Amino acid sequence: MSGIPGKPLSGFTFESYMEDVSQNQPIVEITNLSKSYRRGSQVIPVLEDISFEIAQGEFLALMGPSGSGKSTLLNLIAGIDKADMGTVRVAGIDITHLSEKELADWRAANVGFIFQFYNLMPVLTAFENVELPLLLTSLSRRERREHAELALRVVNLTDRMDHYPSQLSGGQQQRVAIARAIVTDPVILVADEPTGDLDRVSAEDVLELMERLVSDFGKTIIMVTHDPRAAGKAHMVRHLEKGILTT
Amino acid sequence: MFFVKLIIRNAFRHRLRTFLTVIGVAIAVLAFGMLRTLVGLWYLGVEHASATRLVTRNAISLVFPLPISYYDRIRQVAGVKSVSYGDWFGGIYIDEKHFFPNYAIEPRYYLDLYPEFIFPPEEKEAFVRDRKGCVVGRRLAVRYGWKIGDLITLKGTIYPGQWEFVLRGIYRGKEKGTEERLLMFHWDYLNETLKKSVPRRADQVGYYMIGVESPAIAAQVAQDVDRIFKNSLAETLTETEQAFHMGFVSMTEAIMIAIQIVSYVVILIIMVVAANTMAMTARERVPEYATMKTMGFGPMHMAIIIFGESVFIAVTGGICGALLTFPASRWIETELVEYFPYFSVSMTTIYLDLAAACLVGVVAAIFPTWRSSTIRIAEGLRRIG
Repeated sequence: MSGIPGKPLSGFTFESYMEDVSQNQPIVEITNLSKSYRRGSQVIPVLEDISFEIAQGEFLALMGPSGSGKSTLLNLIAGIDKADMGTVRVAGIDITHLSEKELADWRAANVGFIFQFYNLMPVLTAFENVELPLLLTSLSRRERREHAELALRVVNLTDRMDHYPSQLSGGQQQRVAIARAIVTDPVILVADEPTGDLDRVSAEDVLELMERLVSDFGKTIIMVTHDPRAAGKAHMVRHLEKGILTT
Repeated sequence: MFFVKLIIRNAFRHRLRTFLTVIGVAIAVLAFGMLRTLVGLWYLGVEHASATRLVTRNAISLVFPLPISYYDRIRQVAGVKSVSYGDWFGGIYIDEKHFFPNYAIEPRYYLDLYPEFIFPPEEKEAFVRDRKGCVVGRRLAVRYGWKIGDLITLKGTIYPGQWEFVLRGIYRGKEKGTEERLLMFHWDYLNETLKKSVPRRADQVGYYMIGVESPAIAAQVAQDVDRIFKNSLAETLTETEQAFHMGFVSMTEAIMIAIQIVSYVVILIIMVVAANTMAMTARERVPEYATMKTMGFGPMHMAIIIFGESVFIAVTGGICGALLTFPASRWIETELVEYFPYFSVSMTTIYLDLAAACLVGVVAAIFPTWRSSTIRIAEGLRRIG
């Protein structure tokens, strides 16, 4: 299995992993998922009875108007929010029943996050930002360096590894964020509006990079987007309307 | 190592804020150290008092004298090694602003009871021989530029008149905290003058100083002395020199307690200021903490980062404050010599300074750590943009 703490990015070929898991086997299984928020005494449903599967190596785009619940769905798949009902199974693990601590460990090993505003640590260099998730592994300092450099090589930013986020363009920052997301070799990558803060050219670069992660490295990506061009790069697009999966 | 790097870089993200917080902690720690030192100095006389010296005074009050005739009777008490006597003179040099303690003493045995006053032997002998002679501490001599042979005039308050003395000796203290601002002259000179001017006040002393053979018998000797003079016209109260000094100190204990409270309040105030700074810092970094939590970092990591930064800033301020304590104390010793002739900061105070700074750092980090540890990731991430 991939995403084993201490053994991430094993050559970045995923060959052994791909041998174990067939291309079309679901990596994410969502069953009857519901989520609501409380505002005072008022209960606001956000997701209602969502069920679908995401295959290994799939690039899925979640679309829908603001407030449709797509980011909430992404958070539930990524294990950073808790569902009211239903189950989310990722690589065979039902994450809806994990404790906070178990979820944190699970996220560290299995999920890579790409955010709209990159969410890089401003006081850390590009290299240090990429190295950050590896601190939760048992890798030595030398191994961490090797893995971080490899991830930066994948996103073609080795020449900027000593730059701070403020010294990088938006597109470069997002590529650093992608390197940080893949450095632990996670099972899934979740991206919340990854091109939302980028100009068109940079957005194209980032989307191409994400496509390459799927095609060359067999990564599974779940992306929330408003941008039809970004959604066009995905293998599959699903739409949410008022918390209900329409397509 | 990575976290140390992160903590230090985080600490210097808002340089002005960090600088002002460090300055604030430094000033608070400096004030804390100074006030603690001041309180410590108040008890210095008590600490430096000898365990083999007893003070016998009038049981009613120190302001009432004792007859000189008690001298021989005290000397005969078992365990008494040596006896001397003295009287608070309370003379004024130039004016009230130039205050320093001055005593009329029996010269030979009195100084023998104070081995911490170190004299050149010839000066001590010259003082004993000259009935109008006086001795002063080194600091006093330096302050007024007095040299051996100088004539010093004091204006009497308790014993009116102009009193002239010839400086015969200058002593230095054996230890740094030994009192070096005293002036002592012959009790005989005072007594003979009184015999002529106010005979009813003659042949009386303010107190007896008793040297005992060992501290173990001090209590017994004190009891024996007081028993002799029980039911006499001037009953005595004999106590250790330490208890005697403590009696003076306890008169002003309320002030000392107030100063101690102020020193703690200073730390409390800076604690609140530092906590506010850390709360602001942590609030600004909620999205970063949320991002770290998405990666799998837990509350312990948040605590390391926030506590680390808070303690780093507070301890930096603490070290600055502790280091400033030394030039500040030297300045006080130089510029305020008449009030604080000895203002030395002890290592205990420095350790207390640093402990206080650490405490400030730890307390300031508690609430922000709790907040960042309990905030939901999704909520934290929503604050970006």
